[in-house]
Amino acid sequence: MKPQSTFMICAAVREGQLESLRDLLRSMNISHKKNGLVNPDNSLIPFSRFPNLHMARLVIIEATTADDIKAFGLEPKPWSPTLAFLGDIDGDRNDFFDQLVELAEQGLTQIFSFCIGFPDANSNTLKHWLQTHDVVPDANYINWLGRTVKQVHEEAALHQCLAEYLPQAVDDVRHNTTSPLSLQQQLRQSLLSYVEMQKQTGRLILTAPECTPCRWQLRNLLHKIGIPLVLLLLLPLFLLIAPIFLLRIRMLEQSDPELFIRPTREHIKQLSAQEDWYVTNQFNVFGYVKPGLVRLLTFKFILLLTNYIARHIYNHGFLTRIKTIHFARWVFLDDNQRVYFASNYDGSHESYMDDFINKVGWGLNLAFGNGIGYPRTRWLIKEGAAREHQFKYSQRRHQFPSEVWYKAYPDLTATDLARNHRIRLGLEVRQASDADISEWLSLI
Amino acid sequence: MRKSGDFEYDDLQGLVRFAYGKLPETCFMLLNIADASAAKQWLSNAPISNAVSTDPLPKTALHIAFTVAGLRQLGLTDAVIESFPDEFIVGMSGDESRSRRLGDVDENAPTRWQWGGDSDNLPHVLLLLYAEKNAINNWRKTVEDSFFSTAFTLLKELPTTDFRNAEPFGFADGISQPLIDWARQQSTDAHDRDSYSNLLAIGEIVLGYPNEYSQYNPRPLFNPKTEPAAMVLPNAEDQPALKDFGRNGCYLVLRQLDQDVPGFWQFADQASDHDSDKRQQLAEVMVGRHLDGSPLVAKSKIDIPGIDSNDANNLFTYNDDPQGLKCPISAHVRRANPRTGEMTPGHSNWLTRFLKILGFCNKRPDDDLVASSRFHRLLRRGRSYGPVLSPDAALKPDAPVAERGLQFICLVANISRQFEFVQNAWVMNSKFGGIQLERDPLLGHRRQLYDGDSTNHFNRSDPTGLTQKICALPQFITVRGGGYFFMPGLRAIKYLAALPNHGSDKVS
Ligand code: HEM
Repeated sequence: MKPQSTFMICAAVREGQLESLRDLLRSMNISHKKNGLVNPDNSLIPFSRFPNLHMARLVIIEATTADDIKAFGLEPKPWSPTLAFLGDIDGDRNDFFDQLVELAEQGLTQIFSFCIGFPDANSNTLKHWLQTHDVVPDANYINWLGRTVKQVHEEAALHQCLAEYLPQAVDDVRHNTTSPLSLQQQLRQSLLSYVEMQKQTGRLILTAPECTPCRWQLRNLLHKIGIPLVLLLLLPLFLLIAPIFLLRIRMLEQSDPELFIRPTREHIKQLSAQEDWYVTNQFNVFGYVKPGLVRLLTFKFILLLTNYIARHIYNHGFLTRIKTIHFARWVFLDDNQRVYFASNYDGSHESYMDDFINKVGWGLNLAFGNGIGYPRTRWLIKEGAAREHQFKYSQRRHQFPSEVWYKAYPDLTATDLARNHRIRLGLEVRQASDADISEWLSLI
Repeated sequence: MRKSGDFEYDDLQGLVRFAYGKLPETCFMLLNIADASAAKQWLSNAPISNAVSTDPLPKTALHIAFTVAGLRQLGLTDAVIESFPDEFIVGMSGDESRSRRLGDVDENAPTRWQWGGDSDNLPHVLLLLYAEKNAINNWRKTVEDSFFSTAFTLLKELPTTDFRNAEPFGFADGISQPLIDWARQQSTDAHDRDSYSNLLAIGEIVLGYPNEYSQYNPRPLFNPKTEPAAMVLPNAEDQPALKDFGRNGCYLVLRQLDQDVPGFWQFADQASDHDSDKRQQLAEVMVGRHLDGSPLVAKSKIDIPGIDSNDANNLFTYNDDPQGLKCPISAHVRRANPRTGEMTPGHSNWLTRFLKILGFCNKRPDDDLVASSRFHRLLRRGRSYGPVLSPDAALKPDAPVAERGLQFICLVANISRQFEFVQNAWVMNSKFGGIQLERDPLLGHRRQLYDGDSTNHFNRSDPTGLTQKICALPQFITVRGGGYFFMPGLRAIKYLAALPNHGSDKVS
């Protein structure tokens, strides 16, 4: 298995350069539109030439809601608009940086010249600069660990090939009444031999999974055991402080100022102009962490757990009840004072909100309840997102558009990817009964 | 707990409670306000029907709803307008992104609509008249008094025909509706709502009451100290110091949908090799009910709150048909109301429930892909239009072409979470419930996906696993017009009628 990795290159934009940078970024999009859909063959970063890239985006992170902190009696700290180039790739990050330099050095140089500290005296190469400006997420979610872009395309092609051949196979089998095998078994055989033939003529490729790098395995194992171990060691301490901590949280929940600010129509319009072009949408939110150590520690701890369960438990098609997220990340910025969340999800924004509120409201409350503007929670998991209008207002207000967005397989949902993979598994693993073969055939 | 008798039916427009099945004749008018003060004078005496039940039944009914332009025209200030939700303010056709979301693209694009598609043909008022057989003309004369003709100009009279409880394709309609929990007896706590219930919180349809989240939707509220005219309005239940303009009002979504009846039946015929039984079966699985309205799936073994245990046409869910063997997942009624509860069916104790919340314990990989129905219900009040054409007549090659279809009307308290969600995430979505590249077989446009995958399919699952794929489905339904309206409570109408005239409209 070739595990995925993630990158997020961040740098503040030079003063007065914001609009020219925006213009440049938009020139990468299809017909220069604000819909954010990149032309994959654009000359600055020709995304289509990166075979390991699942999704990528360029965003400008601005502190549009920074004044909200005044409700807590604090003054907003200055924040320079920051360019972030982020994405999800197969294999090692450094190999990807090499590719970036090879295929897009000029474009990236042009883009990052709008940023403070580019070029910088200590980084003699672009690659080094990228490495030093890469921000590691506090929590990261991958829908399916080790499913490569190549695999996605190969399995989609397999599905299509089988779907096209199936009617003929059914015809053949129905005419061949002499076979002792059941309809299902005959069909399976027929499809299997067809796939073999297609493979031999090179029309179909099903690459076997690579071996998992030893270093990754080792580190993953250490992480898997290490975190629970450390938590176990700290357990007595946790138990000791838990009552005081919970009480404090509960007090904060009651005293934190509530904000019920409606986003402007212009803002909503800007966001929805980018939505519902593909079957998948992109999502960015950015805001303040609530002041005080208790909130920060809670947030950090929840994200640590999120990262752990995403990495070791929810790595095959679902994140608790949600099956529509391809990739997601949570990143603390600005000395842990602010947090950025990005995801790629299937379906419309309204249905994403439905999932958020009705399926994982408790999880959202646990994490974002520690962010300014989030509707009031009770005992960390209750209410919050279920205060529908406050939640939706606040969510939209903290959301911002991507300048440029790339997805390597625009028409495929996470459910499609999982299905295509099951179709492939059905070729490789013999089904026990006719009913199981029927189940497999129904996927095609 | 309050009794249903306590509900202020006298402040609610009757359309929310009644579908007027006994008043087959209708006249739907789209009006523009020509003279605001005459309009208000008419409004203050208009015989608008309330929701109190009477014996004998009423012989006529009148209902009124306003677009945002209409409310402005009557003199509601921008500040008040701004407390309505965006989708109502912007309107059904006012933003390209919304049109994309609703599937109003290509043939359905607002630029091609007969009304409501651009600023020249936006209505201010929707007037709905209902009457007994042969009585509509008289009722219309009564309604159109002398103030009326000064007040309004007729933008368009929407055609309607009495189809006798069927829609133009020939299917029985008006069978499934949510039952409003007037007495507020059902808990809205998610823990109590694991399985499907047809009983729906008042606040899902009517403003000013708690919805399925136990929340009150935003709506215009007035401080009677600074706005004395608002004294006629009811108190806001959640903020008793304020007066509630929204209370007992709701949103009315209207879409004029043209149905290609010959196209539908001829396609079904050709796709079933001209076999009349198969043709009917195919049409029925596309709709998701038999022609006579009976369901395709077996009766539910357990009771469903809000559905009478003798109501064979509605006592069902899709729980026992996860693959769509009986009723395809893509069928119109299954999309429009998947009859899902908060959790997937079948758990016995708190532990399995807890595990399900964490995403485990599902039986099939495609389980739990569809949202819970209760947040996405519509109260439908549409009427058909155009000349009746039976399925047999529609099959003839020379079947008369005519404008016919459905004046689709639904009542909701949250346009975006209810109507727009159903239309977008369920009806138009080519990946609804894990299916592959199919939109609603009845309603869908057939635009291909971004990278060129076609969506003009309809799949019927089969126990052998050999899905029957029907390809090259044409588009059967085309949008001809549409709009978002607000249907106020009766005291809110009094408030509107008493608004001061502004600027140019002032009678000198
Ligand atoms: C011309 C267009 C349409 C036709 C011919 C049509 C036809 C039907 C029929 C025959 C039924 C079954 C009768 C019943 O359950 O009451 C039905 C149910 C329904 N339709 Fe439509 N319909 C159309 C448009 C729409 C639209 C635009 C929506 C909403 C976006 C919609 C939502 C529903 C809902 C919610 C149900 C009830 C499902 C249930 O509760 O089981 N329909 N429709």
